[in-house]
Amino acid sequence: MAKVPDFLLHHDGDSVAVANDDLQPGTLQGLSVKEQTPHTAVLNHAIPLGHKFALKDHAEGEAIIKYGIKVGIASKPIKKGDYVHTHNMRSYRWEASRA
Amino acid sequence: MGSKPRLTGYRRPDGSMGIRNHVIILPVDDLSNAAAEAVAKVVPGTLALPHGYGRLQFGEDLELTFRTLIGTGLNGNVAAVVVIGIEPKWTERVAAGIAKSGKPVASFSIEGKGDLQVIADAARVAQVFLQDASEIQREEATAGDLIMSIKCGESDTTSGLGSCPTTSQAVDRWVAAGGTVFFGETSELTGGEHLIAERCIDDACRRAFQDTYDNYIKVIESTGANLLGSQPTQGNIAGGLTTIEEKALGNIAKTGSVPVIGVLKPAEAPDRKKQGLYFMDTSSAAAECVTLMAAAGAVIHLFPTGQGNVIGNPIEPVLKLTANKKTAASMREHIDLDVSGLLRQEYDLTKAGDMMMEVIERTVNGRLCAAEALGHREYTFTKLYISA
Repeated sequence: MAKVPDFLLHHDGDSVAVANDDLQPGTLQGLSVKEQTPHTAVLNHAIPLGHKFALKDHAEGEAIIKYGIKVGIASKPIKKGDYVHTHNMRSYRWEASRA
Repeated sequence: MGSKPRLTGYRRPDGSMGIRNHVIILPVDDLSNAAAEAVAKVVPGTLALPHGYGRLQFGEDLELTFRTLIGTGLNGNVAAVVVIGIEPKWTERVAAGIAKSGKPVASFSIEGKGDLQVIADAARVAQVFLQDASEIQREEATAGDLIMSIKCGESDTTSGLGSCPTTSQAVDRWVAAGGTVFFGETSELTGGEHLIAERCIDDACRRAFQDTYDNYIKVIESTGANLLGSQPTQGNIAGGLTTIEEKALGNIAKTGSVPVIGVLKPAEAPDRKKQGLYFMDTSSAAAECVTLMAAAGAVIHLFPTGQGNVIGNPIEPVLKLTANKKTAASMREHIDLDVSGLLRQEYDLTKAGDMMMEVIERTVNGRLCAAEALGHREYTFTKLYISA
């Protein structure tokens, strides 16, 4: 059986990926679910199963893409490989909803 | 549908079918919970459905309570109903609404008699209903006879990756086999509502959906509240979901690929001749949503979870599936299907769908799901506004 991917992304082109296990910083192997394309990424922080990290740099206010769709914006600049959650990402639809 | 499932159920006098055969003791209002629960103690095997409302409601909010109560009694999983209320008028209204199905119904009101007399009178009827119901035999059923509902809870990113797409498989297969499925969670479409609008079968359906969605969101947004921690919930956030839009896309990932053929008010039953996928205007709170869907006739519920929601419903079996391997291990008594292997690439989505259909088939045919075995009977009403 092939190795279990360290991370998954929904679509090629998504700007964030999901940890497929508790992950430590370092070079990781991943897979896009839709296209089944192998991906490689360098993670900057330890993150738990199910949490996200950036696959590209995001400027403040830039769209965060998951499922091929905008699911939020960067509330602070985010570097490629950084942990992405409520501390640096927020809803663009519900302006008042922020950490 | 892979191999065609062999399904059985209980046929009711109005032609509807269920997969359980409950005799329920239904309080019209909070004041009648004690008597209803006492009857269910005296006649074990019947099921009391206590809840918190039914007094001084008015207008559309009152209509929703009546629709919920009557719809619960009409559900195919219910064989017979004993209705107990504080006063006769609303009690009789609920009983009459259920009785039009031809199902055995009796009603009792407490004013002028007191709890103890009502408990004695109601228990005598409940006993007969229970013995009569025990003779009803299972018959062959099809997906078209059994309404399915779906709603996820305590979702995390594994929901959108695994348990929701698995549910989608079941939705598409159920509808392809001639069945009806409900989905809801109005606020939880935010950021992906255009995807649902695009799937509406015609302009009238699309307009009804958009109006329903817009009205719900207007109420939420008019509060100006910071919803982080409420929607997404603290559990969603702990599981890695950050925004409502991200959560919504995971939610929508469980709705299959079939068209949306209609929009239902909360607890509104669909036209039984029009089978397919319906959107129902509901809260995203698990117990409220499932209660409304059961009141609209759903007899089996699929509930994808990430962090581990434990919800059940008194009359509608709530099947839980998760793709989160930690939840599957730490909360295994609540999980009916573990699809975490999907994320480990051990099998594909079609295989996960096959696994889901097998659990559905067994549950339909009588195997208790985890929530039933653990006694989860959350019966929770949706309130539209303050009481008088």
